[in-house]
Parts: sequence; structure tokens; C-alpha cells
Amino acid sequence: MATSVTGTKPVPQRVGGGGPGFPGPNGKGPRGNGWKGRKGPRRLSPAAYRITMWVVLAAIVMMFAALSSAYIILSSGEQWQPVRMPRMFILSTGIILGSSFVLEFAKRSLKQGRSSHSLRLLSVTLLLGLSFIACQLMGWRELASQGVYFASHPHSSFFYFFTGVHGVHLLGGIAGLGYLLLRMRLRLQLNPERTEITAQLVSLYWHTMDALWIWLFLLLLIWK
Amino acid sequence: MSGEIHEGVHRHPAPTSFIRKYIFSLDHKVIGIQYILLALAAVLVGMIMSLLMRMNLSWPGTNWPILGTLFPGGAPNGVMNPEFYLSLVTMHGTIMVFFVLTTAPQGGFGNYFLPIQIGAEDMAFPVLNMLSFWVTFVGFIVILAAIFFSGAESTVGPIGGWTGYAPLSALGAIAGPGQGMGMNLWIISIAIFCVGSLLGALNFITTLLNMRTRGMSLMRMPLTCWAWFTTAVLALLSFPVLLGGGILLLLDRLAGTSFFIPSGLYVSGVLTGTNPNFPLHTGGSPILWQHLFWFFGHPEVYIAILPGMGATSHVLATFARKPVFGYRAMVFAIFAIGLLGFFVWGHHMFISGMSPYSAVAFSILTLAIGVPSAVKTFNWIGTLWGGRIRFTSAMLFAIGFVSLFVAGGISGLILGQSSLDLPVHDTYIVTGHFHLVMGVASIFGMFAATYFWFPKMFGRMLDERMGQIHFWITFIGVYAIFIPFHVMGLVGMPRRFSSFDEYEFLNSLDPLVLLASVAAIVTIAVQFLFYFNLVWSIFKGKRASDNPWEATTLEWTTATPPPHDNFAGILPTVYRGPYEFAVPGAPNDFVMQTEAEAEVASGNGHERHRH
Repeated sequence: MATSVTGTKPVPQRVGGGGPGFPGPNGKGPRGNGWKGRKGPRRLSPAAYRITMWVVLAAIVMMFAALSSAYIILSSGEQWQPVRMPRMFILSTGIILGSSFVLEFAKRSLKQGRSSHSLRLLSVTLLLGLSFIACQLMGWRELASQGVYFASHPHSSFFYFFTGVHGVHLLGGIAGLGYLLLRMRLRLQLNPERTEITAQLVSLYWHTMDALWIWLFLLLLIWK
Repeated sequence: MSGEIHEGVHRHPAPTSFIRKYIFSLDHKVIGIQYILLALAAVLVGMIMSLLMRMNLSWPGTNWPILGTLFPGGAPNGVMNPEFYLSLVTMHGTIMVFFVLTTAPQGGFGNYFLPIQIGAEDMAFPVLNMLSFWVTFVGFIVILAAIFFSGAESTVGPIGGWTGYAPLSALGAIAGPGQGMGMNLWIISIAIFCVGSLLGALNFITTLLNMRTRGMSLMRMPLTCWAWFTTAVLALLSFPVLLGGGILLLLDRLAGTSFFIPSGLYVSGVLTGTNPNFPLHTGGSPILWQHLFWFFGHPEVYIAILPGMGATSHVLATFARKPVFGYRAMVFAIFAIGLLGFFVWGHHMFISGMSPYSAVAFSILTLAIGVPSAVKTFNWIGTLWGGRIRFTSAMLFAIGFVSLFVAGGISGLILGQSSLDLPVHDTYIVTGHFHLVMGVASIFGMFAATYFWFPKMFGRMLDERMGQIHFWITFIGVYAIFIPFHVMGLVGMPRRFSSFDEYEFLNSLDPLVLLASVAAIVTIAVQFLFYFNLVWSIFKGKRASDNPWEATTLEWTTATPPPHDNFAGILPTVYRGPYEFAVPGAPNDFVMQTEAEAEVASGNGHERHRH
């Protein structure tokens, strides 16, 4: 019988050979069964953006994992000099943690259709993000006033480096948040679906950056 | 992304301006060809560098006037400096690994054929795809700049090998020739390359997961698609590590940090901290760079070869007129190789001062890769077994791939064991091993892909006679180059030495060194035949039909060359697996993936024919 020679799932048999009469059960989407029969111009595919965001986050997490293991390896060295955690970093940790909660509320109210309320909460998130960055910069000044500079020794380098790289990534989140705010402010309701996805992606990214900072903070605080 | 809407048929209009069509194109096919052209240019540079190295090894001290003219610093009076040679080693490795073995298989053929083989009109994010190429291109320009910016330092780039081991690479100009601007540019180029590859990888992953056409289940994808997908996942997880490491290395050089520079280092007669050119460094670990580098570096090996494996499976099935033996096992073997590839980086570092216990763990994991590799090899042989083989050039290169993969892989079993590796590490046996299995095998996979897909890409067949000559000389040539390397390594010839004149015990190897060099010259010469074939066939080749090889997958269902949106607006529907050759009772010996019914009078009941 001429059915599927290479391995696929068992298919219904049909007299006369050939494959199954219908296309297979799967084909599109991460779970493979969402083929909707595309007509007209290529539409926005939320799944594509969602997958891509996860993939981007995987890459970012991988880089921080590598840097963290570098940190852990160097911390076992003999010349390792622990640095006292600047108080500003404790404050900034609180700020970014709070921003995640506010963002979550904003997303919820967006879903409930209360867009002006959501807009306000998103603005708060943005402000918290900016003040987080400001706190990090002040933390740097605090380190410098202790006489701990970027090139002093590995632990101090990691202090600056982790905060710097994380800050750059958070700026990406701030840009995304700004774009979302702009969309909502300008009432780009031509495509509310797109606003919804943007909000989802931005919050996913933001929460990951939040979690990453907590991880880095604990690493710098405890593993010294 | 705009287009007119017709009833159910939707076509992307192709861009008409030259710049949008050929330079900053969003079409994955054009981008794929751009990647292939980049690789063809890069491989030329890398090949010429290897030629110069062989010339220096076989005829050291000879006066090559042209070298003296081109590089008055590196080859005064036409005689190559040792530093010049070492920078050749570095640049040859870097250009080949990054800009050839990573770009052509994945960015080139993957970009061109992954969307077509899964029945998509384009990649998920065409703009990202374009950026990915142009970022990579900038990386290539920067690495070329490293050649010329080091000119004053009597080298053609940094010295440090493609691995750029610290602390040499972390110290800056004080460490010697080539360690100044050249090394900076080298690191920057690699970092740019990482970004470009990441952009490409996320596009590949999203496209494959989200853009498959109706009926194209995962297990109906051609093995090429599985290979490109796994490669993209490997790139996604390994390039960020290299990027992070590269930034740390650059900071060590430019910002005075000490991530990779240990305390109390004494370089070029200067103690760290006693000279403004060499500020105080303390507390870094050179081994850390090796860990970061090889955590990327080993998956990179599979990034280079997996697409070749995919292409080989594809070509073998098509020209053996048989289904791929054990399709499912092949898919899992690809995954297993990719997964294990992340846990074996330590086998590059056995002599770097590693705990013997970790070395054993790394050895066991390394040898475990032999299992999926053997699964693949036996399945390739199983595919060939009893087939009605058509010995086209593509098929020859695919069989050549299997041969080289086995021949190069065998020595991997030796090098993977720490006890056996210790005496031969950093000898020519390592060079021979990775050139056969990673370098030449991957390239053979790409040759097979080129001969196989050229008709689809350009609408003309490549010349068969030139292809056969190209194959046989290359095939014999690469063995004649790299098998002697194994012997040299066993005798104890170290890698990365510009000359062996002072080592009497190596004198007996002179004939082998000469053989390798002559074989290299012949092999390189015949590659120009390949280049000629490419150009000649684009204009003068025999016209190709839509499906000249009588193959089954989706790229052969569309026009030759494919229209801008791949399927002229109507996405195909897939009804079956990718390799349905010699289906009993079918009228042809191949059944396309899009054929719903093979009009056959059933011969033998409802018995399912499965392997």
C-alpha cells in the first residue's frame, strides 16, 4: 500500500493508495494545528511575535547565564575582594519589583477595556523604569565614592558590568513601553489587536528584565 | 507586506527598483544568495591564506616577490615572518569558521530553502532577515579591516588562532605584533557576527514553528528543515555566550578590567602595573575565556555541520531513489547531537589544567555523541543500500560527505578521551581531525547542496562533467592533505608552528608535508573550476525544468526559479512525508508531498509499507 513511507502518524487507509485524503492534522502554529486558511494579505500573526519574544528572551537569559557563571568562577579566585552592596541598588530592586506589579495591573485594565486607567498605570511603570535607571547610575556614583571603580578588580568590574548590561536591556523595555504608550495615546485603534500584542510582549520582556535584575542583585549580594 | 486581494489568491508584488530587489532585499531567496556570495568571497580569502601557509611550511625561507610587494612589513624581501604565518593561521580559521561554515549552510541555503520547503511565502520577519545579512556583512568588512590595520605590525591580522585564547588576546599592543588594533577589530567583528547570527536564528525558529503550510506536520518536514531548525536553536543558545565573553575580552583590552588577566603577569619584560602601557591587572582567569569560548565553540562545530547532514540526507534519498532510512531516528539523532553538543566543551581543554574527574565526565559525554552520529551514518548507508543510485555530482558529494564524516569522526573517538588526547593535543592530528570532519565534510555538504539546488535557484543545470572532475579531484585531494596530518600529529608535529627546521625528529616527515602542500595546491586549483562552473552555468547551462531530479519536496513543486512569493500566491497543501520514493504500486518512483492520491491499482492489500 502506498501510504506514508517515511514516519508520520498512522493515517486512515484509502483504497487506491496515496496519503490521507485530508491534509494532516497539524501544520501551523507552535502546537501545529492552527491552520486557518489564509486569504488576503498576510495578517498579523500574534503567535509569530510571541514565539520570537520567547526566543529573544532565551538568548538574553543565555548571555546572562554565561556572565553569571563567569562571575561565579572568578569569585573563587584568591584576589577576589568583595564589594559592599550600595544602598541605591537595594532601592532600585524595590522600584523594579514594584514596576512589574503596576505593569501587570495596567495590562489587566487594558484587557478590561479601561484604557485611560491602563494608560495612567503604564505611565507610572515607565516612570518607575526611568527612576530605576537613575538609581543604578546613582549606585555607580556610590561605588565610586567608596573608591571602587570599574577596573579596580573583578568583583567591582562585575558590579558595573552587570548593572550596565542590564540597564541597556531595560532601556529596550522602556522603548517598548514608550511605543505602547504612544500607540494608546494617539488612539491607534485601527488595530486594537496589535496594541494588545504589544502590551503582552512588552510585559513579558519587562518581567524577564525584572527577574534578571533580582537574580543579578542576589548574585552580587550573596555570592561574594 | 501590502498586496492586492484576489479571490483566495494573494500575491506579493516583487519590488522593481534595483536596490530593493538585489541589495536591500526582503526576499529570503535573494538574501540566501547574498549569504552564499558572501561565503564564496570569504572562502576565497581563507583558501588563499591556507595556500600561503602551505607554501611557507613546505618551502620555508623562499622568496615570494609578490608577498614582499603586498606586505612589506610581514614578508620583508618576500620571505614570510613567523608572525605573518601565525596571523594567517588566525585569519584563515576565523574567516572559514565564521564567514564560510556558518554563513553558507545556514544563512545561505537555509534562508533560501527553509521557507520553500515548509510551504511559506517568506521568512516570518523579512526585515530582520535583511538586517541579519547586512550585519554579518559588516562583520566581514571589519575582519578584513583587521588584515590591513595590522599591516604596520608585520602581520595580516591578530595572532591568537580562531580561539583567541587569553591572556594573549586580552593584553593589548604590549603582548606583541598583531595584538593592537588588529585584535580589537577581530573581537568586534566576532561580536557583530554574533548579533547577525542571532537575528537569523530567531527568524528561522519562528518561521519554522509558525509558517508551515497546511498539512506540513513536523514529521513531514524534510530533514534539511530539521537540521536548519536545530542549527538555529544551537546558534540561539551559543552565540550569546560568545558575545558576552567577547565583550568581557574587549573590556579587558580597552577599559583595563581583569576578567581574563591573572595577577602578577609579566609580559614583554614588563610587570603588570609598572608601566602605563600595561596597567595593573589582578584576579582574572585565562581559563575562564576558554570555558566561555568553547561553550560556544563546540556547538559552533555542529552549527557548521548539521545543515550539511540535512542536505546529505536529502540528496542521498533523492538519488538513491529510496526513502531516508529511519526518518524518525534521523530527526532524533539531529536533536541528540545538538543537545549533547552543549555538554562537551571541556574536551577542548583537557590540557588546560582540568580536574581529571571533570575530564572523565567530558570524555564520556563526548563519546556519547558517537551514538547519534553512528545512527546517522548507518541510516545513510541504509538509505544507499539497494537503491538505484544515480551518480550525479550532488550525489557524489553527498556520499563524499558520509565518507569524510566517518574518516574525520573516527579520530574524534581518540581525541575525545582525555588520556589519549593529552599526548596528541595541539599536534597536527587535531588539525587533521577537525578539518576532515568539520571543515571539509561541511563544505562537501554545501557542494552537494549547490549541485542539487542550483537548477532551482538559477533555472540552469550546473555542468555535470565539470562537477564530476571537481568532485574526484577534491575528494582525493582533501584526503591527500589531511590523512598525512594524522601521521604528522602522531609523530609529534605541533600545530601553529611556522617552521620545523629546528626539530630534527620531524625531518622524516618532510615528504608528507610536501605531499599535503602539493595536494592543497591541486585541490585549491580545482575549486576555481567550481567557481567557473557556477558562473558559466548561470548563463550557458542547460535549462532546468521545475523538477529536474524527480524529487518530492515542496521546492520542486513551484516554478524554476521560484517566483517572488514562492508559490505564486497559492500555498501548497501537503499530504505525505518528504521522501516517498519507490512507493510500491505508484506509477512513478517518486510521489510529491503535494500529491493527494497516487493513482495506483493497489497491489497487495492494506499492508503498510514502513521501515
